Amino acid sequence: MLLGLQVENLHQFFVQSSDNWAQRFVQNHAPFLEHLPAPLGELAIMLACCVIFVAVVPLLPLGLVLAERKVSAHIQDRVGPMRVGPHGTLQTLADGVKLIFKEDHIPREGDKFLFVVSPYIIFACSFAVFAAIPFDRSILVSNLNIGIFYIMAISSVIVMGVIMAGWASNSKWSLLGAMRSAAQIVSYEIPLGLGILTVVMLVQSLNMQEIVNGQDGIANWLIFRTPFTFIAFFVFFISSIAEVNRTPFDLPEAESELVAGFHTEYSGMRFALFFIAEYANMFAVSAIAATLFLGGWHGIVPSGMLPEAGLLGFVLRAITLGGLLGVAIKTLCLVFVMMWLRWTLPRLRVDQLMNLCWKYFIPISFFNILGVGIWGLIFPQDSRLSIIISIAAIILGLILVFGVLGRSLSKSTTPPSSPDRQISATT
Amino acid sequence: MELNPQQLVFYLFALLTIGSAVVVVTIRNIVYAAFALMVTLFSVAGLYVFLQADFLAATQVIVYVGGILVLILFGVMMTSGSLDLKLKLERGQLFWGGVVSLIIFGLLLSVITNTPQWDNVDVGASQEPTTHKIGEMIMKEEFLLPFEIASILLLVALIGAALISRKEVRDE
Repeated sequence: MLLGLQVENLHQFFVQSSDNWAQRFVQNHAPFLEHLPAPLGELAIMLACCVIFVAVVPLLPLGLVLAERKVSAHIQDRVGPMRVGPHGTLQTLADGVKLIFKEDHIPREGDKFLFVVSPYIIFACSFAVFAAIPFDRSILVSNLNIGIFYIMAISSVIVMGVIMAGWASNSKWSLLGAMRSAAQIVSYEIPLGLGILTVVMLVQSLNMQEIVNGQDGIANWLIFRTPFTFIAFFVFFISSIAEVNRTPFDLPEAESELVAGFHTEYSGMRFALFFIAEYANMFAVSAIAATLFLGGWHGIVPSGMLPEAGLLGFVLRAITLGGLLGVAIKTLCLVFVMMWLRWTLPRLRVDQLMNLCWKYFIPISFFNILGVGIWGLIFPQDSRLSIIISIAAIILGLILVFGVLGRSLSKSTTPPSSPDRQISATT
Repeated sequence: MELNPQQLVFYLFALLTIGSAVVVVTIRNIVYAAFALMVTLFSVAGLYVFLQADFLAATQVIVYVGGILVLILFGVMMTSGSLDLKLKLERGQLFWGGVVSLIIFGLLLSVITNTPQWDNVDVGASQEPTTHKIGEMIMKEEFLLPFEIASILLLVALIGAALISRKEVRDE
């Protein structure tokens, strides 16, 4: 009962508060900040908002690291960490404490200043991305007009931190890893950006909230709006896996070739910063994919059909994949797919990686943009007809693709009437 | 002088821009210069935000920090020996360099003095999306021709890059 009340209060607080919930939170709970002299008071409120935000987001990696270990364990038929806490739930916390107490080693021949600075750059950039992701109608740190473009800009700075770390370590593994990472991120930014462009062409806005606003109900989710956005979603998602350097695209830190890539020389808390940033990035790109293509905080059911206020509304919205919990569920599903891929697929070679990007993804992305443009000319307004045609086209396309793929696969796997078998059968 | 927080942040950015730019031109180590340039470009993006040019700010970061600087660093790190290179100034360069900088400074000064009302730093005010206007300017109004010329230039560069990196050409 008590818990229910609290959830209800929280929900009311989030829904009814105006644009900037963090600022409202500070004003409600730490009013003394407003009594400071004018410039200091406002600065203090801004700082306090940043602190809330930066304190909440690192909790995500804490869970995700454990989830990754558990997922990998179960995929490999193990049980994973079991000792610390029930089913090993406190393992990451214990590891964090261990990392804090480890020696902070800086290579003697390396560049001390850049070595120290680069983890902070990567960390800051991967957290700044969260400022523009809407988690509910009012849970958004900054409602920027250029929301998605800001996210792209900030995440493109991560490359600089990676190069800096690789160069400052003065180690060949680090430098090679940094080079690979830079080449990979710069290349995959193109299909990623073009994928975002297809969405922006349909919505005609860069604002994240406006992108979500048009996606009320599953038929209006941008992934199903046109057949081209359906393709764009997959290109976008695969490119973002490459963008965050995860298997099968984890060449920058390929253990079997480069020890650990650009963070080979890092230890202790600085290593932990890279680690946290990696998981935060993973969550961020999944949240962006969920926002752009999978309806964001709009659920399966159009929001007019559900009660908005109260605990009931909150739960109903969560069940239909809407609201704060809905975004979390969609995002975590995508994160799970990333983990699943990591522990299933082998790593690509460098040339395969670049081929995939430049020879397949970029042409497909341009085709999508052309297609969405033509679609917009044929159906200037979204109607029931356009959505039905789109979904029919998607289903037809899937049947075709899987039919062709299935046939070619079954051809290649069934052994051609091999002489061995005939021999073994006769003998 | 009464400073509101926006002015405070503005002056911080201005200081950062100028300070890091000084580091770029005075430091001897080329990698450090590149990283200082990153700070400069970033704080210029911050100044664009103060001019309510949010789209331009993000473009600045994507193009210059995420693209051009990465290419510069790539070039520096891939070229052996360039890391230990100490940048030096020849005596003859000082005079002509000074002349060119003075001319550019005069140009900038005339632009600054001729710009009407340039101290609008009200970032908090909600603003119209600038993207609609930029799109209309580029596709409908006076900037269509420069836009198309730039796109042709990029296309030529793209074809050139593809040609250079092809195997048959390299082997000859």
